[in-house]
Amino acid sequence: MLLEASEIGFRYSKNQWVLRGVSVAIRSGEVVGLIGPSGCGKTTLGRILAGYERPHEGSVALDGKALPATGYHPVQLVFQHPEKAVNPRWRMRKTLAEGGGPDEQLLAALGIQEEWLSRWPNELSGGELQRFCVARALRPQTRFLIADEMTAMLDGITQAQIWHAVLDYARKQEMGVLVVSHEKSLINRLCTRVVDLTQFC
Amino acid sequence: MPTQTKSKPILEVEELSISFAQYTSGLRQSSLKVIADLSVSVCPGEIVAVVGSSGSGKSLLAHAILGILPGNAAISGSIRFAGQKLTAEYQEAIRGREIALIPQSVNYLDPLMQVGKQVRNAAKIARGSSPDRAAARKIQREAFARYNLAPEVERLLPFQLSGGMARRVLVATALVSSARLVIADEPTPGLDDAAVRETLGCFRELADQGRGVLLITHDIETALEIADRIAVFYAGTTVEVAPVQDFSGGGEALRHPYTKALWRSLPKNDFAPIPGFQPHPNALPEGCLFQPRCPMATPECTAGRPEMRAVREGMVRCIHAS
Amino acid sequence: MNRRQITLITTFCAAILLIGVVVGGLTLGEERLSTNLDIRNASPSLEHPFGTDHLGRDMLTRTLKGLTVSIGVGVIAAAASAAIALVLGMLAATMGKAVDAAISWLIDLFLGVPHLVALILISFTLGGGLKGVVAGIALTHWPSLARIIRAEVMQLRSAEYVQISRRLGKSRWWVASRHILPHLFPQLLVGLVLLFPHAILHEASISFLGFGLSPHQPAIGIILSESMRYLTSGMWWLAFFPGISLLIIVRAFDTLGDNLRLLTDPHRAHQ
Repeated sequence: MLLEASEIGFRYSKNQWVLRGVSVAIRSGEVVGLIGPSGCGKTTLGRILAGYERPHEGSVALDGKALPATGYHPVQLVFQHPEKAVNPRWRMRKTLAEGGGPDEQLLAALGIQEEWLSRWPNELSGGELQRFCVARALRPQTRFLIADEMTAMLDGITQAQIWHAVLDYARKQEMGVLVVSHEKSLINRLCTRVVDLTQFC
Repeated sequence: MPTQTKSKPILEVEELSISFAQYTSGLRQSSLKVIADLSVSVCPGEIVAVVGSSGSGKSLLAHAILGILPGNAAISGSIRFAGQKLTAEYQEAIRGREIALIPQSVNYLDPLMQVGKQVRNAAKIARGSSPDRAAARKIQREAFARYNLAPEVERLLPFQLSGGMARRVLVATALVSSARLVIADEPTPGLDDAAVRETLGCFRELADQGRGVLLITHDIETALEIADRIAVFYAGTTVEVAPVQDFSGGGEALRHPYTKALWRSLPKNDFAPIPGFQPHPNALPEGCLFQPRCPMATPECTAGRPEMRAVREGMVRCIHAS
Repeated sequence: MNRRQITLITTFCAAILLIGVVVGGLTLGEERLSTNLDIRNASPSLEHPFGTDHLGRDMLTRTLKGLTVSIGVGVIAAAASAAIALVLGMLAATMGKAVDAAISWLIDLFLGVPHLVALILISFTLGGGLKGVVAGIALTHWPSLARIIRAEVMQLRSAEYVQISRRLGKSRWWVASRHILPHLFPQLLVGLVLLFPHAILHEASISFLGFGLSPHQPAIGIILSESMRYLTSGMWWLAFFPGISLLIIVRAFDTLGDNLRLLTDPHRAHQ
């Protein structure tokens, strides 16, 4: 499968383009890094690929077909701050089930403990919450994963644990991954190819 | 406490514990100890980084030093500033004058006030009673010039600033305050490499002027670039305080097994995680806090919580460290 | 004692008071309200703790019956008002810019006119009486709550977990009922409890001014306005006890609402 964004243009207000003429393509099973200085639209590009924003110019296609506007989105995005990405009034079991039934093997790989399922989000640390957010996004229908500074707020050990689980899953499921990060050593460690947005700034 | 420093510490935190009263089931209130027996010190001219994972409660250390913990918090242990015990009144008196905070978020700036004015206000507060406008303006202009903030910036409102500029304004606020201790709480997230480097440069400059800087962060790589000593925070306490030079190679010079594991897990090193997770404050293990995940654990490790002790040029909370 | 316990006790006291008043108002016999000129204008005694009026009617019975009517009006009007606020607040936040502008204009309009004036106008147009008062209060008290709900819904809609839910294939309706409504519930409850004393006071004031309930109904406003005529002749109990009772009921609910708000505020919930 091929996720393709071509000639993307996006602006928040008139004449202030955040992105213009940006094209990116990711194949299934590929791990691609997305880098560039802050404010150059890395996050916006990720949001467009995952269907959170509609581009003003250009298009996003999966195997040549437009992405669905409703229903399960085959490109899932994991955000930087897991505290904001879960409903604070839901127990973790419910949050996890929002994406579909949990995959026991994946939960084990991510180190999610059975007893965490009955906790409230404010009873878990950022690293623990992020494991849930990753598990929620990794469904069989997910063909591509956008990780927007996914582990930037976590300690090194948790970061390495989560990434090992994600890369393992991606390899088995032939899932493509786009790693948005400002951390060079992480990008070098994870990615086979790097897209640099600096030229579009 | 630390033997390796020449001057007397400006900040000494000893055996600090912070607990929160929480409603457990319905009407019963119980207390949850989030920070236990934390010790760290900062000397003038030195940057000490407290490194721990996010959501682990390390920001509470900053809040405790400044006396801005919420009402349901209780603290024990001692915090000394310039050798004097910090009481609520003393904290109130020196907050913003002797101790400055560079907060985590730009939301701490007044959204309706021009940033230049906010920095001038900080300068006035620091210099006590007589508000001399011209002098405050001069100090503010110098601070802006030093941090590459254009003169026009002083008339902007916080929402008009980019992330990097806002961060520099916050640092400028600390600079003009004449504070002898600067506490920076997660100052770098969301900044790109250039802005991070710039912010870190600002901290070094603050330290070189003879101030003590306490940097609280989850990002060990940033901390390593700038700090003189690193205090490693695990499950609500400091397990090791080490000079920054010890973080090199395979981590042989490090003292605590957790610190070694953390060092090896970094992408630039082995990227190899140890299994498990940090224990919750309400479910702490017997004895040493790291013992359930520790490759070196022996039966003695479950016997009691290890004391902080001096090993080589640092401090460690592990009975096996040498 | 921690705040949750104090709040629980306050709630309990307010509930007992409320039930006591309503039960008293409904069970006390009509015979204590019949004209008995032998005991007219009696000052408070064991027999008549609140005294009697110029027709010899027991003031305690009148006060309780009056408060019962007020509480009834308050409950219906406050609930109706909260319902209007919820519907308009949700619509403003979800139905696009034009609807939002229209509803915001309506909110500003109602907030711009003093409550009492709008209340009198509506009640008068609808022909006064119980129906007029309830409709008047319901139609004038929703704007501030609607504004809070609108802001809350807007914030929730842009919350990351709500947006994620949509990408996980959940429908608008699913998101509204599982993510958004449950969040509004505490706000709505607090708003309702705080609306209640307002509704009662306004009912009493327009009845007092003669635009509300008819003089034949035993409402607090009617009792107070009647008693004004006798105040100068030294019959203080006619106004004093009904007035104090009204004040106590209103204060109880105000305190209750404030406590509830503090408990549902996540920043202070554990203090």
